[in-house]
Amino acid sequence: MMLIPCPWCGPRDDSEFAYGNQAHIARPSDPASTSDQEWAEYLYFRDNPKGPFAERWMHAAGCRRWFHVVRDTNSHVILQVYKVGEWPDPALGVGPANKES
Amino acid sequence: MAEAGRRRGPTGKPRYSILALARNALSYHENWQAAWRSPEPKPSYDAIVVGGGGHGLATAYYLASVHGIRNVAVLEKGWIGGGNTGRNTTIIRSNYLWDESAAIYEHALKLWEGLSQELNFNLMFSQRGVITLAHSEHELKEMRRRVEAIRLNGIDTEVLSTADVKKLVPIINTDQGIRHPVMGGFIQRRGGTARHDAVAWGYARAADDLGVDIIQNCEVTGFLKDGNGAIEGVETSRGTIRSKRIGCVAAGHSAVLADLAGFKLPIQARPLQALVSEPIKPVIDTVVMSNAVHMYISQSDKGELVLGAGTDSYNSYAQRGSLNIIEHQLAAACELYPIVSRLRVLRTWGGIVDTCPDASPIVSRTPVDGLYFNCGWGTGGFKATPGSGHVFADLMARDRPNPVAAPFTLERFKGGYLIDEHGAAGVAH
Ligand SMILES: Cc1cc2nc3c(=O)[nH]c(=O)nc-3n(C[C@H](O)[C@H](O)[C@H](O)COP(=O)(O)OP(=O)(O)OC[C@H]3O[C@@H](n4cnc5c(N)ncnc54)[C@H](O)[C@@H]3O)c2cc1C
Ligand SMILES: [Zn+2]
Repeated sequence: MMLIPCPWCGPRDDSEFAYGNQAHIARPSDPASTSDQEWAEYLYFRDNPKGPFAERWMHAAGCRRWFHVVRDTNSHVILQVYKVGEWPDPALGVGPANKES
Repeated sequence: MAEAGRRRGPTGKPRYSILALARNALSYHENWQAAWRSPEPKPSYDAIVVGGGGHGLATAYYLASVHGIRNVAVLEKGWIGGGNTGRNTTIIRSNYLWDESAAIYEHALKLWEGLSQELNFNLMFSQRGVITLAHSEHELKEMRRRVEAIRLNGIDTEVLSTADVKKLVPIINTDQGIRHPVMGGFIQRRGGTARHDAVAWGYARAADDLGVDIIQNCEVTGFLKDGNGAIEGVETSRGTIRSKRIGCVAAGHSAVLADLAGFKLPIQARPLQALVSEPIKPVIDTVVMSNAVHMYISQSDKGELVLGAGTDSYNSYAQRGSLNIIEHQLAAACELYPIVSRLRVLRTWGGIVDTCPDASPIVSRTPVDGLYFNCGWGTGGFKATPGSGHVFADLMARDRPNPVAAPFTLERFKGGYLIDEHGAAGVAH
């Protein structure tokens, strides 16, 4: 069980939220010149660290807004919560997944 | 493979039998031989298997028994069978939709059918049948189509009416007024369950008997590569161990190992929970699953009702999940099986499963020469244990795609040849 602090509504039980997986994944900006390998990476390959992870959550049973969380996947401790358009704390070492974002 | 069952290994273990049981009773069962040795790791091996779950131990056993590669180590960071092997709800079946999946899961089921004899270890393999329920007209129609596809692959499966289900499962609520009424289903009668720990122990004992070193409390922390980038060995919590042939079978931790080896896997680690009730008299002698309500049930030989659910939605390595999954699963259980409503929950637990985008496994070479990965079995790999070990040992021994395993390469994500088994495996196991 986790208590997730929605930046708009405050701390709520994780059953109120929908998970959006890894944050800051940008769609390839030039589809025509994107290789099969790059498409595969965009579609199917996500980081899966044991430790801090920048991810997206949506407050489905509340304000229904998307936001970002940096959470340790080994301890479930939430290290940072930030809004769309904001970035993870560089000190947490979870920088954006690819340079385009 | 019948001859693989013969005991001819260096340890010359006595066979388990009714006579051995009687003989050992005379000494109050205090003189049973250890089922496997606990050797110190050697500096190098002909092959190393990382991960001492059922799949890893089966791989080592088949490397030794089928391919004659006996100088093998299984490196396990904790204790063997302490991962998902010892945490799963033990459902075994092969009624998958696509030809590729049918081939690999049916290969496994055929091996299960002779495995207790081959390993000389009672795996308590019980072909009690596995029923999957339909709760809507649409689900029932889709099921009919699935049943035809499965039968075309020569795998036993039958459509059931609501009355058939009720006959097989008297405790089920077939009232059509409930939120998710039972509208029929399908059954694979050759499906069933097995004792999960026994699978790890049976393979470990048989592999050890053929000379395989089973090394517990030995965590792989890095990979060694030669000048050309090919695999040379592993760094572990018990020192460096060399080998030019290494297979990783680490289930939930596969992505962590791939990171150490320098490449990415299309895998996400998710908690999957299960629970058992207090033990009661026998009330259900088959396995019943339901994809629509994310709940499935069977009864262990001890009498506990074993209840499974779907995965938690988020990534985790914590071996625990959230309470809402359990609430949801118990609500469904109470509606479908009203007699469980006053039972107490004995314990709940979680394992970390390695989910793949197409709900199918990866049994493959990797970008690193000599390094192979067998993972992505996610929520449903227990049933595959013998088949997975068998084809993976073949891949490791011969370094060429095994015919049954070939479709399950890592390359399929680039080529688009996904084997989408969400219908068969997304929730159900
Ligand atoms: C609650 C639950 C219910 C399930 N129900 C079913 C079911 O009914 N039917 C079904 O078919 N499947 C089911 N599954 C899935 C099934 O359990 C797995 O797919 C299967 O057990 C995977 O087998 P394995 O041997 O690969 O994994 P594991 O038994 O997890 O073995 C992997 C081993 O690798 C070790 N390891 C990891 N990292 C390292 C390292 N760095 N160094 C050394 N060792 C390492 C781990 O300690 C572990 O022992 C269920 C899973 C869970 C969690
Ligand atoms: Zn909110």
